[in-house]
Amino acid sequence: MDSSTKRPGPLVSAGRGLMLSVVSLAGSITLFVLSVLSLVFIVLGFGVFTTPAVLTMVRAHANQRRLLAARWSGVRIPVPYRPFPADARTGVTGRVERCSLMLKDPATWRDLQWLLVDMTAGFITALLSCALLLYAVEGFVLAAGLWRVFTDDRYWYAFVPVDSQATGLAAAGLGAVLFGLGVRYNADLLRGHFLLAKALLAPGTDQEMALRIERLTESRHDAVDTSAAELRRIERDLHDGAQARLVAVGMDLGTVEALIEKDPAKAKALIGKARQSSAEALTELRDLVRGIHPPVLAERGLGDAVKALALRLPVEIEVQVELTGRAPAPVESAAYFAVSEALTNVVKHAGADRAWIDVSHTGGMLRIAVTDNGGGGAVIGTGSGLSGLERRLGTFDGVLAVSSPAGGPTMVTMEIPCELS
Amino acid sequence: MRVVLAEDLFLLRDGLVRMLEAYDFEILAAVESGPELTRALAELEPDVAVVDVRLPPSHTDEGLQCALAARRARPGLPVLVLSQHVEQLYARELLADGNGGIGYLLKDRVFDADQFIDAVRRVAAGGTAMDPQVISQLLSRRARDKPIGGLTPREREVMELVAQGRSNAAIAAQLVVTERAVAKHTSNIFAKLDLPVSDDDNRRVLAVLAYLDHGR
Repeated sequence: MDSSTKRPGPLVSAGRGLMLSVVSLAGSITLFVLSVLSLVFIVLGFGVFTTPAVLTMVRAHANQRRLLAARWSGVRIPVPYRPFPADARTGVTGRVERCSLMLKDPATWRDLQWLLVDMTAGFITALLSCALLLYAVEGFVLAAGLWRVFTDDRYWYAFVPVDSQATGLAAAGLGAVLFGLGVRYNADLLRGHFLLAKALLAPGTDQEMALRIERLTESRHDAVDTSAAELRRIERDLHDGAQARLVAVGMDLGTVEALIEKDPAKAKALIGKARQSSAEALTELRDLVRGIHPPVLAERGLGDAVKALALRLPVEIEVQVELTGRAPAPVESAAYFAVSEALTNVVKHAGADRAWIDVSHTGGMLRIAVTDNGGGGAVIGTGSGLSGLERRLGTFDGVLAVSSPAGGPTMVTMEIPCELS
Repeated sequence: MRVVLAEDLFLLRDGLVRMLEAYDFEILAAVESGPELTRALAELEPDVAVVDVRLPPSHTDEGLQCALAARRARPGLPVLVLSQHVEQLYARELLADGNGGIGYLLKDRVFDADQFIDAVRRVAAGGTAMDPQVISQLLSRRARDKPIGGLTPREREVMELVAQGRSNAAIAAQLVVTERAVAKHTSNIFAKLDLPVSDDDNRRVLAVLAYLDHGR
């Protein structure tokens, strides 16, 4: 049970049980009947239009139960419904599309199964939590004098035939036991009701798999896109930079070869120029390498690479690293560039003059927090550097959290699951 | 002057050997891996070691670690570290023991043979040779901050050259002032950076270290 949910009192549970039993019986039966009718009407045509509406009501009904489960018993039931496409069409075709999407969603069919279970077993568990107390009260009332009514015609209180004061007291005794049971267990009965709902309403393994595959496909696309873009950038940088300079060096040296006897002074000047070009080529290659895989990362690992990065930036940055080993190379690289991007944001947008980086590894998670004292107001959104960062981490099942109230400070937290070696 | 050289790329090693020999250095050993370097430094007692940061078999900062370990065993052993990239982080580690005899240069600097040989000699003599890029990284950071230790712009200029390992005479020539003026600037710098009185070479190393640390 969720530790934040207090165990409710027996009377509260009984009241909730009574309410739930009414909702279970009336709501679930009505919705089930409507659903079945609407599905049948699809054959006649107009069911296509009523079905989405009815199913939407079913979903609202189920979501209401999910909400109560979490609020009353701390039972969390995930919502498994597939999202509708953002570019859904309107009009008749849109309606038909919507209907077929809903019918293809396995969660819809599980909802209908749940309606059946909810109007029977669900109804009984909910009612029991209330009925135990009410029935016990009836026992007490019988003992108190109501037994007199039944002296001629015996009344069965559970398995006790009530027709005298003695049997009336026996009924009261049984009532006390039931009362005790109700006080002790009706919160658990209610919880049982919600667990039953969870068994049917929570996404099944198949659905979880489907959702996971969806996420993986998306992050793989992102990863492929990103690396393709990176390769294009590298190609362009090499083509316009180092490659061009080396061509110039070769040309200069060719000219030197021709000039060296005729005009030694000019040849010497050209050699100087060639050396200059080769130095520039080296500088460009060095910058390029830093962008592909920073040398310090290869030599020292994430901690020192982040420290070296921090030393290069025009903002005062404190770096705290607590790592007992090295993360796998791809994770290190992703984490490094994520930090680099976060720091670029700090320098460019935050207007901060101090930043703090905290790198640690606990519970199978590499955790990095980048905090700055700038203006705040950063959001993960389309086109922002932060969403790029999120995608970068997504490839590794990593997550990004941003806390950035207006006025600052901004804290960007990244977590990537990995083991250290 | 006797040199141990460690560089894993054959072309560069060969080129360095030829260049150093051309300037009358004696090459005791030209090795290509970390373990070989450690052995050579322990057995051959060179006057100076020229070491590539990244060496096999691990291809991490093995050269740097070997050099630092050798300096712990033999404090003040002159080491000139070469790399494809320079990092303040490494510079600080190299200078941390305050013993001098440290050089840290980009490999590109071998293009200018005279300057490179000058740096090797300076390091062998117990001085320092920091790559101008280490210093310029620092300056780009400093531009926004308040000047460290209240150095005047001129003093910072002098400090930058001191950090590179230039002598007073060389600094005087570059800034077109007298050597006495430079000496006055350096003693002001030492005072402002709170450096203890000791021999001039050692103080220059400490000044560089303090300068790098102020970059934090």
